[in-house]
Amino acid sequence: MSATKQKRDFVVAQLEDLKERERIVVDADGTEVGLYFYADKVRAWSNVCPHSGGPVCQGKMMPRTVQLVVGDRKSGGPGFHPTDRNIVCPWHGFEFDVLTGKHPADQRVGLRSVPVRVEDGEVIISI
Amino acid sequence: MSQMTGLKSDEGLVRELAEISGRTDTRDVLAHATKQAKEKFDDYFIVDIDAHVSEDQFWGEVLELIDNDVWKQIGMDQFDKFAGNNALLNISPGLSHQSVGGRIGHQGRKEPVEGTEGHPFVTAAKRGMDAMGLDYQVVFPSAMLLLGMHPQEEIEVVLGRAFNRWLTEVILPKNPRLKGMLYLPYNTPEVCEELVEKYADHPGIIGYTVCSTRNNPVHSDVYTRLYSLIEESGKPLAFHSGYHWGDPSFAQLNRFLSMHALSFTHYNQIHVTNWIINAMPERFPKIKMIWVESGLAWIPFLMQRLDHEVLMRPSEAPGLTKLPSEYMKEMYYSTQPMERNNMELLEATMKAFNAETQLLYSSDWPHWDWDSPSTITDLPFLSEQAKRNILGLNAARVFNLPTDRMKPSAEQVLQERPGIS
Repeated sequence: MSATKQKRDFVVAQLEDLKERERIVVDADGTEVGLYFYADKVRAWSNVCPHSGGPVCQGKMMPRTVQLVVGDRKSGGPGFHPTDRNIVCPWHGFEFDVLTGKHPADQRVGLRSVPVRVEDGEVIISI
Repeated sequence: MSQMTGLKSDEGLVRELAEISGRTDTRDVLAHATKQAKEKFDDYFIVDIDAHVSEDQFWGEVLELIDNDVWKQIGMDQFDKFAGNNALLNISPGLSHQSVGGRIGHQGRKEPVEGTEGHPFVTAAKRGMDAMGLDYQVVFPSAMLLLGMHPQEEIEVVLGRAFNRWLTEVILPKNPRLKGMLYLPYNTPEVCEELVEKYADHPGIIGYTVCSTRNNPVHSDVYTRLYSLIEESGKPLAFHSGYHWGDPSFAQLNRFLSMHALSFTHYNQIHVTNWIINAMPERFPKIKMIWVESGLAWIPFLMQRLDHEVLMRPSEAPGLTKLPSEYMKEMYYSTQPMERNNMELLEATMKAFNAETQLLYSSDWPHWDWDSPSTITDLPFLSEQAKRNILGLNAARVFNLPTDRMKPSAEQVLQERPGIS
């Protein structure tokens, strides 16, 4: 018989604080989670990179870099996407879309989501 | 550690973790590696045969040890004025894209060591070793990886001599877990001979390194006395690969990743090819050859290519008594940066060169494409013994290191600093 671990809720941030800062990374009783507020959406991702286990949420938030193409399919060089934002793992540079958690070059590689909700202005995760 | 702001509950169980940057304490950057050590490999004996620790921050100390008065004066003048940590070196700062514009936050480290005692390099190295669960670490100068392409051979000589002094006099005596491989200024063979004779018996020097990024044919007769001295010393000879965007072939590549992917394998492929086709393993059979920082995928490629050609043209490789791949199975290779997106290919690669006995773990810490020991323990196809061999026991055999535990427990490391920024 296998034991099922009971999930527990943790209040990890105030929504207004998260909105202002866009990203807060917490250790909640030993589980590390990155909280994000972007494009009016709240996300919570495990702070463990699927590549090598690095602290992915403790890296930078950067606009997604795109390849610009100009007239006659010439290269316009690299450019920043006007709205898409990526989380960048500080260990090796793996990047993940902040809203989908997916790697831009391989959709099979992604962050593990953590159940999150907002109640009465508090950001609550279930782990 | 930051205090949570405005929480109504759970304050005692929730703490905030800060963004990682080049100024973050190594123990915080590597806290997840320490947790991996606790879960997976705390009882392993681990030797990291290639790490760098960012010695360039102490470049002024190296310059002070230059034994030529004029080059020392010029070097110190450059150091104090426009060149700083690049004084006398031939690297191109504008082409240093390693951190991808700061995205890889730990690259380009400047360890916070305020309030600690001892040499800051040694402090940073100890933090890294403890955090990754390493018993020994071989440190090597990243600032000098391109010196083989320096237009002034005498600069390579004076910097090589100075660095070896700094390593053996300033760094290695401070921590017995730190080991060094002597820098050989390979463009000047007679100085390499002099240095091997001088340092062969130094307890902290466990081998010799040639920076692979250069155009010297390794089979040249100018090196035979050097190889004899190395063979007699019983210590291995490593070729540490690197990049060089100035190479005409690589100048076609417009992105750092393209050039980096190809050049790190390119130089070691050339040197292995020359070493084998000119029958150097037959002429110097006791030299233990190590090929560093080219990853692994190139090894079965080169084995197949050289076997294919030698079978058709044996008269061009008349000194060989067996196929090139057989010689390559007798050489040693370092793991990093280990390609591991396709487990079937990686397993076949490791079988091709008998990784269980020939592969040596290397972290390359703190460079951007470093590998933690978990890159080996997580491999699903390796036996427990193979993992232990690759992570440390093979290195103990090659470098003649005792296998007594040298590191603190991962639990102790986490207790002392539980990954808080």
